[in-house]
Amino acid sequence: MCSLCGLLGEDHWTDMAASPEVFGDVGPSRTRRQERLYRVRIINRVLAHFGLRLNDWQGRSFVLRSATGKTELVDDLMAVWPAGERMIGRRLDPMDPALLAHLARSAARS
Amino acid sequence: MAGSLEKIPVNVVTGFLGSGKTTLLQRVLQTPEFADTAVLINELGEVGLDHHLLEEIDENILLLQNGCVCCTIRSDLKDAIRDLHSRRSRGLVPPFRRLVIETTGLADPTPILATIALEPVIHNHFRLGNVIVTVDALNALLLMARQPESLKQIAVADRIILTKTDLAALPQIEAVKTRLRRLNPSAPLIETGDKPVDPAFLLAHDLHDSSYLPNEVRRWQEVESHDGDTIVGGVRSQNHQDLHDTHRHDNRIAAFALTFDEPMDWTAFGIWLTMLLQSHGEDVLRVKGMLNVAGVGTPVVIHGVQHIVHPPVHMTRWPDEDRRSRIVFIVRDIAREEIERSLMAFNRVARDYKPQSHAA
Repeated sequence: MCSLCGLLGEDHWTDMAASPEVFGDVGPSRTRRQERLYRVRIINRVLAHFGLRLNDWQGRSFVLRSATGKTELVDDLMAVWPAGERMIGRRLDPMDPALLAHLARSAARS
Repeated sequence: MAGSLEKIPVNVVTGFLGSGKTTLLQRVLQTPEFADTAVLINELGEVGLDHHLLEEIDENILLLQNGCVCCTIRSDLKDAIRDLHSRRSRGLVPPFRRLVIETTGLADPTPILATIALEPVIHNHFRLGNVIVTVDALNALLLMARQPESLKQIAVADRIILTKTDLAALPQIEAVKTRLRRLNPSAPLIETGDKPVDPAFLLAHDLHDSSYLPNEVRRWQEVESHDGDTIVGGVRSQNHQDLHDTHRHDNRIAAFALTFDEPMDWTAFGIWLTMLLQSHGEDVLRVKGMLNVAGVGTPVVIHGVQHIVHPPVHMTRWPDEDRRSRIVFIVRDIAREEIERSLMAFNRVARDYKPQSHAA
């Protein structure tokens, strides 16, 4: 269940494959699993700055791990952020200048 | 689960006590087109509302686990809506086709929106429609200075109804309109006075009305042309009066439109917006925009109030030759540049992965 939006077992608004009527050109060409793996790759670039890492778990959930070995099973994207905040004890802010610098550096390396 | 078109639309009518909520509802519900509308009200106002589908509710608030104030489920409202729907299904009340909820004057409307959008049973049968705020031209400036709840009501509204314009002096009306446009430049501002209002424009013309969607999006685009120091409060205002008057609540609220030349990667956008809403959701009062999503030929419309993000809506064609993404934000204590820089950085991450992702 999404801790913020309270949705139980439903498609999240971020799921492209769940809305073929909206993303018609892209949705069918990218399976739900491919979309999940792609999401994990991008989100890990962000989480790396906070010492966190996300892995897909059987195509249904995700496992979030901290650098100190804490792990938590989360159901969807929206649940990653509060779980990550609990693990590292501070806010995961997408406007944090240090995070943006990290993203720019990692882009330059790739 | 019913599709969005089969769900019963819910309009929330908010505004301070005496601002004309009930009078507006009386006018609207008298029209045959909206006669089969059920109404839930929080308090019986000075003006009695005589309607055959009228129910009264109390206020009890339940906080969702891990949720914030705006994500509370109003247990009273939940029970009232579920009960109304149950009686409708059993034929005990007429099969109403729309629900209107009138809030108390002081209410923060976001828990009401959260209840409709997030409560598991309700959101299977109902969907959010336009949020309407009534603003009294005589008292608006005073209320906005003293009652931060009024600013929230205005910021989350889809329609702003300026009432009592027949009683207020013209300079006062203009001052109120300027303030309202700064707080929420993307919502149409309708002066009523004693003039009739178009009920369909208020209630029915929303993002789920595909024939109306292009008009709504065009209005958001127009925010861009006004996007300057005159409409933006607080964070980046250059208006000397505003800079000297920093105690005013609405100086903390800024409305602006951002445009992005590069197509937006939907996955990166979802990661970015969920992260932003988790960390700053209480200060992101409104997000709405038309995105050029990478790989998708037609525009994707997004729309959110605080933590509540509606499912994306598809537009059949671009309104003009411009293919840039445009997003309107109404935020509190967040600078435009911070949001712009952050979203661009996230989108660039996706660009790095593009060859693999499309090959996947």
